[in-house]
Amino acid sequence: MATLEIDRVRKSFGSVEVLKGVSISIADGDFLVLLGPSGCGKSTLLSMIAGLESVTSGEIRIANDVVNDLPPKDRDIAMVFQSYALYPTMTVRQNIEFGMKIRGVQPAERAKATLAAAEMLQMKHLLDRRPSQLSGGQRQRVAMGRAVVRDPKLFLFDEPLSNLDAKLRVDMRTEIKRLHQRLGTTIVYVTHDQIEAMTLATRVAVMKDGVVQQLDDPQVVYDRPANTYVAKFVGSPSMSLIPARLAVDGAGAVAVFDIPNEKPARISGIPIAKENATKFNGQNVLVGIRPELFTVSDGKPGRTISVHIDVVEPTGPDTLALFQIGGVEVTARVPPKTVEARKSATLTVDTTKIVLFDAVTEDRID
Amino acid sequence: MAANVRSRHRQHATGRALIYGGLLCLAAFYLMPLWVIITTSVKHLDEIYAGSFIGLPKEITFDAWRSAWSEACNGTACKGLKPYFINSLIMVVPAVILSTGIGAINGYVITKWRFPGSNFIFGILLFGCFLPFQAVILPMAQTLGFLGLAGTLAGLVLVHTVYGIAFTTLFFRNYFVGVPDELVKAAQIDGAGFMRIFVSIMLPTALPIIVVSCIWQFTQIWNDYLFGVSFTAGENAPITVALNNVVNVSMGRKEYNVDMAAAMIAGLPTLIVYIVAGRYFVRGLTAGAVKG
Repeated sequence: MATLEIDRVRKSFGSVEVLKGVSISIADGDFLVLLGPSGCGKSTLLSMIAGLESVTSGEIRIANDVVNDLPPKDRDIAMVFQSYALYPTMTVRQNIEFGMKIRGVQPAERAKATLAAAEMLQMKHLLDRRPSQLSGGQRQRVAMGRAVVRDPKLFLFDEPLSNLDAKLRVDMRTEIKRLHQRLGTTIVYVTHDQIEAMTLATRVAVMKDGVVQQLDDPQVVYDRPANTYVAKFVGSPSMSLIPARLAVDGAGAVAVFDIPNEKPARISGIPIAKENATKFNGQNVLVGIRPELFTVSDGKPGRTISVHIDVVEPTGPDTLALFQIGGVEVTARVPPKTVEARKSATLTVDTTKIVLFDAVTEDRID
Repeated sequence: MAANVRSRHRQHATGRALIYGGLLCLAAFYLMPLWVIITTSVKHLDEIYAGSFIGLPKEITFDAWRSAWSEACNGTACKGLKPYFINSLIMVVPAVILSTGIGAINGYVITKWRFPGSNFIFGILLFGCFLPFQAVILPMAQTLGFLGLAGTLAGLVLVHTVYGIAFTTLFFRNYFVGVPDELVKAAQIDGAGFMRIFVSIMLPTALPIIVVSCIWQFTQIWNDYLFGVSFTAGENAPITVALNNVVNVSMGRKEYNVDMAAAMIAGLPTLIVYIVAGRYFVRGLTAGAVKG
């Protein structure tokens, strides 16, 4: 159990800078997810926390101790790899006991710890098998068991679910969450899957090109993305970003959408601070609307917008309706059978959750 | 329709017969020398000189084998091949173990502990594979003389070990490249060091390629003649050199049956190694291609 501080960490391979000054700080017991596309530096950062990669500059502190120059074994961490990295010639039991054996734990104690971990992960019957005789999900369990017996200050997970099929991935995700709730150990978890990040994390760090874009609670990252990159990356279907002009009327900020051959559509009640409304008055902005903010209008006048539905995609519980506003494709999540393709519809927008971005810097306007 | 199928079936059978017939002929052709060696080695000398060279022996006798093993003369003494057989064993066992062991460590370092210039060093090592034996004889002789190992079996062990490293490193490097780096990282986090990872994790996974390396090195070193004849003399000669001496002795009637028996004795160990471990050899050669 420990806090983790990453303080202005940089990493270069030759002349290529992979991490450009990353600062992340999490509390004891937090579940931090490093989220980003491949090549954003998240796995490199995890390797640096583990001690498998050196730190070019900056500091990494685990439980307030600087660990920059400590070898992996002295950092009191355990890691689960994407390929599980089980030792192929050892049985499951030997795999789990290997680390304890090296640390000089007595055989009786080793057996006890192994059994406890096996019971917790429901794999007692697998202990005498070899990794090649296990399914993907079972291997994943063994890899977790090997980490658990270490009883570390910090668990590190490197895309642990990406080699599993879709169904198993959901099951193991729950398993990992349960493990975290049960042990309460601080976890750092790398993934490119935003759903994993949303479901597992207590803190999410969205990364791009070696820079942290936003570090926050998952719900905040979802509701109030720091910039258009985060807005697009988190959420599926992703947030629609509609170019508009900001205007101010008596009630507050208004987004004005240009529609070819028609008079501009307006959505009033954009939730931004008064001084920003004044500052951006008349300027180009991007209006961020999540699909679920749309509802089919009951006909009452108000914050509605008339659209022509292009495509309808039923998903079961609800239906995705695609249409154009201001030259970009917009997605709305509406109840099944409430809209039809190639017909007009009037939609109401929940303006309280609209997010506004500067069209130039693409940062959020508060 | 039915007739069509039957005729196609008949065509298929004829094709098969042709293929197997051809293969049998080729096998017989290549087995001919072995047949001559074995039959000749169990014949009486008189029978051979009477003109029966290819046919079955009238009476089987192992006199020639006994003679080749413990009595045959090689120009200096008449003690048979036995002492030289033992020489070869004394040479081949440490040379195989050392060259395989060093190759394994080299392959491990080159793939899992890359350092600046490690690819360059691997390239130079590869170059050793293409170096002909003849090219290294003179510098090697000088080196052995300098080390005080000239003419000794220990010197021969050193020569074969050094010469073999190029090949064994190549074997192990290509095998370990297919072993995921994450295994080493996981072991590092478990607290294992350089040697511990090598012994507990890398070597057990490398069993197929260890067999390949041992067979390869055993055959190369056991069958070597050039280094043996260049760097040893008399009592210390390996069996290949002794065999040559036995066969080339020109005194009285040429004992073809003893020569043949001697050749069989010299070739037997490599034959046994291939028969016993042959299937591991094939498995090991193909194992690197498929990620475990």
